[in-house]
Amino acid sequence: MRLELRGITKRFATLVANDHIDLVVEPGQIHCLLGENGAGKSTLMNCLYGLYTPDEGEILLDGEVVRFAGPGDAQAAGIGMVHQHFMLVPVFSVAENVMLGNEASKGVALDLDAARAKVREIAARFNFHVDPDAIIEDLPVGVQQRVEIIKALSRDAHVLVFDEPTAVLTPQETDELMEIMKQLRDEGAAIVFITHKLREVRAIADKITVIRRGAVVGEASPTSTDAELAAIMVGRAVELSVVKGEPQHTDTSLVVKDLTVTSATGQVLVDEVSFEVKGGEILAIAGVQGNGQTELTEALMGLETNVEGSIRLGGQELVGKSVRQVLDAGVGFIPEDRTHDGLVGTFTIAENLMLDRSDGPPFVKAGAIQIGFRDEFARQKVEEYDVRTQGIHQEVGRLSGGNAQKVIVAREMSRDLSLLLAAQPTRGVDVGSIEFIYKRIVEMRDSGCPVVVVSTELDEASQLGDRIMVMYKGGIVGVVPADTSRDVLGLMMAGIAPEDIAATQAEIAAEAAASDDAVSDAVDDAAPPGDTPSSDTATTGTDETGAAR
Amino acid sequence: MSDETHIPTDPEVAKAAADADPPEDNRWKDAVREIFSASPWVAVGALVLAFVVGSIMIAFTDSRVQEVSAWFFQRPGDTFSALGSAIGRAYSQLFQGAVFNVAFAERGGFLEGIRPLMSTLTSATPLIAAGLGVAVSFRAGMFNIGGRGQMIFAAIAAGWLGYVWSGLPFPLLLIICVVAGVLAGALWSGLAGFLKAKTGAHEVIATIMLNYIAFYFLQWLLMTPGMLRGVKGTPISNPVPDAAFPLLFGSRYTVSWAFVVSLAAVAFCWWLLNRSSMGFAFRAIGENPRAAKVAGINVERTMVVAMMVAGALVGLAGTQQALGVLASSGFGDAVDAGIGFDAITVALLGGSQPIGVLFAGLLFGAFQAGGRAMQAGARVDISIVAVIQSVIVLFIAAPPLVRAIFRLPQPSQAALARKADAKARAKAAKALAKSGSQDGTKESA
Ligand SMILES: Nc1ncnc2c1ncn2[C@@H]1O[C@H](COP(=O)(O)OP(=O)(O)OP(=O)(O)O)[C@@H](O)[C@H]1O
Ligand SMILES: [Mg+2]
Repeated sequence: MRLELRGITKRFATLVANDHIDLVVEPGQIHCLLGENGAGKSTLMNCLYGLYTPDEGEILLDGEVVRFAGPGDAQAAGIGMVHQHFMLVPVFSVAENVMLGNEASKGVALDLDAARAKVREIAARFNFHVDPDAIIEDLPVGVQQRVEIIKALSRDAHVLVFDEPTAVLTPQETDELMEIMKQLRDEGAAIVFITHKLREVRAIADKITVIRRGAVVGEASPTSTDAELAAIMVGRAVELSVVKGEPQHTDTSLVVKDLTVTSATGQVLVDEVSFEVKGGEILAIAGVQGNGQTELTEALMGLETNVEGSIRLGGQELVGKSVRQVLDAGVGFIPEDRTHDGLVGTFTIAENLMLDRSDGPPFVKAGAIQIGFRDEFARQKVEEYDVRTQGIHQEVGRLSGGNAQKVIVAREMSRDLSLLLAAQPTRGVDVGSIEFIYKRIVEMRDSGCPVVVVSTELDEASQLGDRIMVMYKGGIVGVVPADTSRDVLGLMMAGIAPEDIAATQAEIAAEAAASDDAVSDAVDDAAPPGDTPSSDTATTGTDETGAAR
Repeated sequence: MSDETHIPTDPEVAKAAADADPPEDNRWKDAVREIFSASPWVAVGALVLAFVVGSIMIAFTDSRVQEVSAWFFQRPGDTFSALGSAIGRAYSQLFQGAVFNVAFAERGGFLEGIRPLMSTLTSATPLIAAGLGVAVSFRAGMFNIGGRGQMIFAAIAAGWLGYVWSGLPFPLLLIICVVAGVLAGALWSGLAGFLKAKTGAHEVIATIMLNYIAFYFLQWLLMTPGMLRGVKGTPISNPVPDAAFPLLFGSRYTVSWAFVVSLAAVAFCWWLLNRSSMGFAFRAIGENPRAAKVAGINVERTMVVAMMVAGALVGLAGTQQALGVLASSGFGDAVDAGIGFDAITVALLGGSQPIGVLFAGLLFGAFQAGGRAMQAGARVDISIVAVIQSVIVLFIAAPPLVRAIFRLPQPSQAALARKADAKARAKAAKALAKSGSQDGTKESA
């Protein structure tokens, strides 16, 4: 089915989110939408999917004008959408979710068997396995996303929209998703794909349209380089790699010793983890999502209840402290799940910028919020961090994803920090803002503050980190230098200790034999030779003042 | 909002979410939140619709209408004119009983004519205070249906002290009694907050149970000599004329300084919710407790404090009853007069905003004052007023319906998420409507 959007315009009060956008998506084509945060990509797709009614313009399917009053109409017309967040009912089974809103009924009873068969049939077509009776909330994100795809396909979608589907996927899940998309394309579907990851764009796009500030600014060729794509998207040259010097270590270090976190049900989530982060260096924590990174960061923040061991920041013990005390000790935290943990969606930008300083000066004096100071602060940060918004009194929930992330980064980076803890700091953020956020993180490191970055993106971990710590099943597989190859990191993420990998690589010829050793020889406390990338321990006076100010 | 609403992204997060709150509960919360933050236009729309429904009820229960409709097909005009006059009479009486009475004015001039308005203010006084209490708890994400219990304890404290310390000089005794009543309400409500924070007991259940305890405790006090039982030997407390709120405009009107206190409470709540760090914390835990926790706000403690502030405001309403309209007669076990429940509707109609609560409280005060006049003057049963109040709740609880009827724009929150909790909303609406009509019947009894 050929999709054409003609002159789509959507306004939110004074803001023109989509300004006469024209777009043609041919069947059998993967059409990438590139654009900065807040460019209006999601808004455009929501117009197409019937979630918003465009103020002007029309939608044509195979040359015929269609109008949608809601997503139901869009689905009936053959449009499917896979959102970044899933519209699934978590307590329903896969088959029930697929059936939802599509109730093929046998009299009064819902035809669950037919839905099951449909799930199996579509899964088989794409060569993956999904149990139709599995409950959604028990499934990993990647599989949940497939359920969304199955749901769309079960309604004969010929136009499929993927809005940042890869933001929450592991690299492997991403690859699998791209395979599915290719197959869909080859079967003749028209596909719209939104992502901020240029690598994915280059790998899969047949056509690229770039949107900036609500308007189409041009097309790009899929053979363009990352730098070219980034430049046309942001409208200026973007530094895609992280520029940073050798780390200058200071005395304020984070020392974690034998840290164990157990769940309420007694499950060990973080298993006797010990590591150190010196002031002035960035430790990147890599690993497949769900291997204890989340619990580790939450334990550092005082958010976990069952914690044993010790966390010392500049000599001060943090275990047993309340979140408030941890924050007051100077820990800045960028949580991985921004809407759930980092922001209050119905609060304004100004309010969110003071969220973790709502108990005292400078934002609060004698129990009263200093409105003037707060608003001035907010205006300044919105400007400095380039948050695209209609004003500081806009609800954060109405910001585009990347702009919401910038609000958190701005809030945390503008406190006096003695430790920065950033989990997935650039999730859903455009390349221009990634450049900016990386710069701020490196600045924070250069001011002498220890920095921990948790990332499931290998590129991010190796670019930002001075050292990389890989976690697997709640434990540490090893800590390796930042220039460790992707392959080795990949193996470590599967739980193979770096010593064994080194051994493997030393004897290229005797590969098979070496890997046998690898299995038998498990080393608990991984401390590889490349532990400290620089022996430079000089602490300069300026660093000290920078951190103490 | 479009692509960023939270969905647990991996088993870990899903688990964390399950630890915190069952999803069912969250959905219910969302629904109640939407109901309570009704936009002013939805509130006005609901009001208009409620009057329409009220008109229909008035028309069908009017004896003249019933009579002439027998020959509807011969002379339909008769029916319509009877309809018109029945409805017109009822609402004109409602207005005259609530705002301005022409007959009074003819007799005694303008000042006499606005006597109904003054009795509206009197009726509105405790409704505003209690409505604020419900609104504050609601903004902190909790549903305080313990108004009755909190009012009862406030009245007990104020009534008892007002009697035993009746020798104290004028403003001092009043102040002590008000403070004691407010504190009693705060503690009784704080108990529910404490149970929720420490044990996870749902505040709806806890406050309902505390209502029973308070009610029967009051009955016991009223029955037991040496306690609250009046010197006359009736289950009515002793009058406390020395501790009464003085009248605001002299003896011509019933309105007392208690009304001014309610106005002050509105201003205080506005400041609390919009300008204070405490209110900031209340709203944060109400909107996203998880983010509040991550931001270092002590969610449990804030819950207790929010419930205490809510209880203090409801307690103020109890004090206004005991030291206001009931000061000269003493109070029995119906001292709360259903205000604790009406307050829910007032908070609802006011969108949980202090200013909104002020207007909603005034409106409900007008209903009470005018309803009595309507019953006397137009022979329309006062329960029509209860019906109108309940219908308001119903329509506010179903904003999509009101929006559709009046073609109001959809607020820009994700439309889909809304659909998902339509069911829960219907449930909540039913529960609310029920509590609304319950106290309606109590009032007319
Ligand atoms: N419901 C809304 N009310 C007001 N403004 C909105 C609303 N939804 C989106 N906007 C604004 O419209 C603009 C475009 O938002 P949109 O979500 O389409 O951006 P996007 O291109 O998807 O960005 P991102 O890459 O960050 O997801 C933003 O400035 C956003 O703040
Ligand atoms: Mg988007």
